Amino acid sequence: MKTIVEVKKLIKKFPVGTGFFTALNGVDLQFGEGEFAGLVGPSGSGKTTLLNIIGSLDVPSEGEVVVLCKSVGGLTPKQAAQLRKEELGFIFQNYNLLPVYTVFENVEFPLLLLNIPAAERKKRVLETLEWVGLSDKINSRPAQLSGGECQRVAIARAMVKRPLLVLADEPTANLDSDNSHKILQTMLKLNEELKTTFIFATHDEKVIGYLKRIIRLKDGKVVDDVVV
Amino acid sequence: MKLIKTAFRSLIGNGLKTWLNVFVLSISFVLIIILQGILKGWSNQAVDDTIKWEIADGQYWQGKYDPYDPFSFDSSAVAVPAELQPDIDRHLLEPVLITQASIYPQGRMQGVLLRGINPDQQLLKIPTKMLNTSDTTEIPVIVGAFMARQNKLKINDVFTLRWRDKNGTFEAADIRVAGIFKTSVPSVDNGSVWLPLKKLQEMTLRKNCANILIKSPDAAVKAVPGWNFKSVDKLTESTRLLVKTKSIGTSMFYFIFLLLAMLAVFDTQMLSIFRRQREIGTLVALGMTRKQVVWHFTLEGTINAILAFAVGAVWGTPIMWYMVVKGISFNMDANEIGIAMADTMYASITPGLVIGTMLFILCVTAVVSYLPARKIAKMNPTEAIRGKAL
Repeated sequence: MKTIVEVKKLIKKFPVGTGFFTALNGVDLQFGEGEFAGLVGPSGSGKTTLLNIIGSLDVPSEGEVVVLCKSVGGLTPKQAAQLRKEELGFIFQNYNLLPVYTVFENVEFPLLLLNIPAAERKKRVLETLEWVGLSDKINSRPAQLSGGECQRVAIARAMVKRPLLVLADEPTANLDSDNSHKILQTMLKLNEELKTTFIFATHDEKVIGYLKRIIRLKDGKVVDDVVV
Repeated sequence: MKLIKTAFRSLIGNGLKTWLNVFVLSISFVLIIILQGILKGWSNQAVDDTIKWEIADGQYWQGKYDPYDPFSFDSSAVAVPAELQPDIDRHLLEPVLITQASIYPQGRMQGVLLRGINPDQQLLKIPTKMLNTSDTTEIPVIVGAFMARQNKLKINDVFTLRWRDKNGTFEAADIRVAGIFKTSVPSVDNGSVWLPLKKLQEMTLRKNCANILIKSPDAAVKAVPGWNFKSVDKLTESTRLLVKTKSIGTSMFYFIFLLLAMLAVFDTQMLSIFRRQREIGTLVALGMTRKQVVWHFTLEGTINAILAFAVGAVWGTPIMWYMVVKGISFNMDANEIGIAMADTMYASITPGLVIGTMLFILCVTAVVSYLPARKIAKMNPTEAIRGKAL
């Protein structure tokens, strides 16, 4: 299995007052292609921080994180943006949809950034919305959708460019049980059909139930790494 | 291109708020064009009228003549130079003799300038033909409408005129108002009494004398010792300057409007950046650099101006057309403001004015949009995603 993320002796510190808070303290991990893995732990364990660094939204204080053969710490802002634009997909707890855009426009947005021609964009957006079962909502705005539908739009937006890696931060935190299962089944299906790697940050038992690999974090350290 | 597209979508998606900003901005846009157009039209009209009523194609001034110094009138009233006489005979130059005098309409004394001019002249629009009268009892004079109103003069009014001849001797005679003319040029109206040149020369014992010579476009400019030729540009310089000075005051109005519009754009941008932190973080996560997001927001604000041009064109074009074709009446006498001003002023709206105004508003809007957007560059995207960057 090809390694797509490699975390080496990662330390991340945040300035707090006159001192520092260590969010990640010597994390070593590897993620292969097609994994459906989760960073599990209580609040403050460092899972979101690790996800942000893998997503090149943040940089390590010490150590190295290599994503798709690129060391995150050494990337310029432009290169980091390029990596996110071309290879990574993000799913957030609060969906983070663009409120003034329609469902179609939200999903189309990453393709616009990639300068994909209009006809191709339309084809791919409609196809992706069909996967997530929202073909009938293309002209709706996020405010007109339920939480579950919003998260499915967010999944479609993350998947529309066929990224190699999708990072999902507490994707079910704002959803009821029914919707959580539907969302997780959709992501699992995409993982199996497209071989997309999913890394979750979660403490939701429902999500944990779907994971094929569970990495437990506590106080910024990996305490357990189990393949289910 | 993609940034324009995404910015445009965001802006339109904001709905009513966007259109309110756009409408306010369009008011500034149309107002600036109309006010500038009127000022430009006024300037053109003031210069045109001054040429038609006072300057023609330029003037020769006797070396000592100073229109702002009444004491120079006597010393500058000299015989017209021999080399210009042929042009005078062919009516290519029209001499004007100017002297101070007093009139006594209804017993009141009023200081005036007597201006002697050939009644048959055709270089100026002043209706001097009215001075050709067979009645020799009184001296025929014509005055402007403002002068007539100020002194309660009517056609055929007869009153006393007192002047001094070239030796300084006081003389007096009765004059009759042969005509009253309406002009938008204060300098030929206010305080001026026009009478036949030969009569004035005779009255002042200044045979064949003049202070200035008005030139026809068909006459060539000659260098004459003791006389200075003043071109149209030189003679209208003060008029243009006066309009320009007045336009500075008027500009305050549209700067206030523009300021209000910019305040609306700035405020919306500030609010947007605070309210849309999560969106900013999302845009960064989706692959935009922070610099691109700054541009995205700057463009969003700037597109307000572009939409304002379109909206302003829709409602402003009929108004501008009206101002250009029908003009606007200010019900104000030109003499009250000391500059040529017609009863109806027509706006002069040129493509240059419209394009210039568009560029100006576009630049100002871009700057006003950029200033708050700079905050984005300092945002931590991981905090912004959670809406906690500011």
